[in-house]
Amino acid sequence: MRPYKVYAIKHGTVIDHIDSGNALKVVKILKLDEYDQIVTVGIGLESKKMGKKDIVKIENKSLTKTELNKIALIAPHATINIIQEFKVAQKFEVALPQFMENLIKCPNPQCISRNEDIYSKFYKHSLNPLKVRCHYCERVFDSFSLI
Amino acid sequence: MGREREIDFLHRDIISINDFSKDEIVYVLESAKAFEHMRKPILKDSVLGVLFFEPSTRTRLSFESAMAQLGGKTIGFADPLVSSSTKGESLLDTVKIVSGYCDAIVIRHPLEGSARLAAEASEIPVINGGDGANQHPTQTLLDLYTIKKCQGRISGLNIAMVGDLKYGRTVHSLACALSKFGCRLYFVSPESLKIPKHIIDDLQNSETEYSEHKEVGEVIKECDIVYMTRIQKERFPDPAEYERIAHTYAIEKDVFREAKPTMKIMHPLPRVSEIPKDIDDSEHAYYFEQAANGLVVRKALLALILGGVK
Repeated sequence: MRPYKVYAIKHGTVIDHIDSGNALKVVKILKLDEYDQIVTVGIGLESKKMGKKDIVKIENKSLTKTELNKIALIAPHATINIIQEFKVAQKFEVALPQFMENLIKCPNPQCISRNEDIYSKFYKHSLNPLKVRCHYCERVFDSFSLI
Repeated sequence: MGREREIDFLHRDIISINDFSKDEIVYVLESAKAFEHMRKPILKDSVLGVLFFEPSTRTRLSFESAMAQLGGKTIGFADPLVSSSTKGESLLDTVKIVSGYCDAIVIRHPLEGSARLAAEASEIPVINGGDGANQHPTQTLLDLYTIKKCQGRISGLNIAMVGDLKYGRTVHSLACALSKFGCRLYFVSPESLKIPKHIIDDLQNSETEYSEHKEVGEVIKECDIVYMTRIQKERFPDPAEYERIAHTYAIEKDVFREAKPTMKIMHPLPRVSEIPKDIDDSEHAYYFEQAANGLVVRKALLALILGGVK
């Protein structure tokens, strides 16, 4: 058995309990492919809670509220671990707010929010499956279609 | 009594039927009865801004007529080419400026959510006269008023929607509104123009009974209302396919033999070939009365919003 599956990090953030197969979507939505420090991605790890899970470790980074909300869109069960000196200094679960402003672009090209210089606005429509509703065009989208 | 006191439409925006509770819909429909033949200057000195960025016959003219019959005035445009939008002015700016000139605005715009944005930009109430494929709430209210008027009730009726159920915003809004009244819905369409899944999801959430069909003959015996829609030619890349579908979904007199005597045919108009002209004289035809009801309901809405009635 391997002593570890994903390297421990000294300082930074671990996004744990990402639904299996969605780690790369988290990387994409946080633009971690453009991040200039080490990002470790684990896909298909065993999880007592989820069966299979993904994990993303980001060295020397703390996440903003906007970034946390973006994670909640595609990994609603994710746990955030803030790591300091190899130890978990803080741990919490992400939670998608009921109302999101300027977080994501509406996928509907006919939506007024895509055509005027305004912020997008979305409401949480359902949690299982995770869907959001555009304040303007009123369309309901699967969270994955927003990436 | 108590309920009526709680509902207040003064200075309220009319953007989406989804913003209405069942009680509010019933309140508007009850209020509209008093406007059937009303021509009183209860909106004297009020000005309605009519901003139509897309073509319209019934909606624009009925709003203008409603305002005139209640003693008010209208300003605005029916063609965006004569507005400052051709100079690159944003919708937000246009609405902010016009809201300084009048007491309420009715807007039709091709982009979805435009009326919601206009309401946010405006200090005065905004009425959505159609925002792309999204909403047309005054059409839904006049449809409901028409159903109530010809059948005496809305609750528990069997209603078939026929034709283009995929792109027709009228059908989407009406289906959502009817789900509040416990109606049984039948969706009759070709495979390529079926009712969208998000509407079905909403109907399932509200436990509305519905079924999908290929031909109106399958359900005609049950129906109190057959709501026809136009199948749009531009949706079909192959003209031959359009001809075939359009012919299949045209209603024929023979179909009525099995219908209830009280069954009525509605259509948001304009029609093309889906209702042949020889049906116009039938006891079942009710689409011209439906169009006329647009004036009644819009008079009521303007009066409620602008304070012409309490």
